Amino acid sequence: MMTVTLSHYLILAAVLFSISIAGIVINRKNIIILLMSIELMLLSVNLNFIAFSHYLDDLAGQVFVFFILTVAAAEAAIGLAILVVLFRNKRSINVEDIKELKW
Amino acid sequence: MIETVIFYVFAIATVVSATAVVTVRNPVHAALFLVLTFFTSAIIWMSLEAEFLAITLVLVYVGAVMVLFIFVVMMLDINVARLREGFVRYLPLGLLVAAIMLGLMLSVVTSDVFVLEAGSEPAPRAADYSNTKALGGVLYTDYVFAFEIAAVILLVAIIAAISLTMRKRSQTKYQVPSEQIKVRKADRLRIVKMPSEEKS
Repeated sequence: MMTVTLSHYLILAAVLFSISIAGIVINRKNIIILLMSIELMLLSVNLNFIAFSHYLDDLAGQVFVFFILTVAAAEAAIGLAILVVLFRNKRSINVEDIKELKW
Repeated sequence: MIETVIFYVFAIATVVSATAVVTVRNPVHAALFLVLTFFTSAIIWMSLEAEFLAITLVLVYVGAVMVLFIFVVMMLDINVARLREGFVRYLPLGLLVAAIMLGLMLSVVTSDVFVLEAGSEPAPRAADYSNTKALGGVLYTDYVFAFEIAAVILLVAIIAAISLTMRKRSQTKYQVPSEQIKVRKADRLRIVKMPSEEKS
């Protein structure tokens, strides 16, 4: 309890991941909140990587976090671009309004 | 001791602000709470001696990605009330899924596999140890191909974002510089020969 161990960080990451899972389920109409929940998920995964990197004294974990950050930035940029195009065409970002492919 | 206090303060702040991200009504507030989550996470990463990544998290996420999020949220005219439909209806399901997920993950994480033996915590680094230098040392040698692929991914993201959002407006008039340069005097100027007129 007094010293912070690896388990503390892993539990914190698990709690963050669960919060973002709950966010995806309860905000399923709002694409913006969905994208934010995905960012939150990536953050919790990164926390795991950094905690293991610290406690196992291996820099590979931090390198991996670096690449996850890169891919997450690319994903956010493309996701928001798609969102803007979607809003321009349909005047709405509600998931319910995006059902052209649903037959 | 001080590390423990710092960890608990910022871990609680992270969890509270992450909860606020998924529950607040206004998307702008959600984005700002996400910024707070990134800041507190950066401090936790800093306490794990990942200084470079902590700063990168603040610079890249708060400085670029979240600004992009807030920009898009404010640019779009969103009907918040319609987006909140089903929030209460799906709340029990969401909590159930999250609780199952959390229970499973905690049962794995707190099992003997991931608990290091007591006393195996790494000693704090010396004051002249540079995390950035160490990370750069492996990034540009062992992981140089992965690094270049990351650069290509960013380039593709730039091109995709621009080509997705760029559009030609039909009403707007554009200049065509090549046509402007190619123009000759004969195309524009016509000299008319005519006799001078008498003053009446």
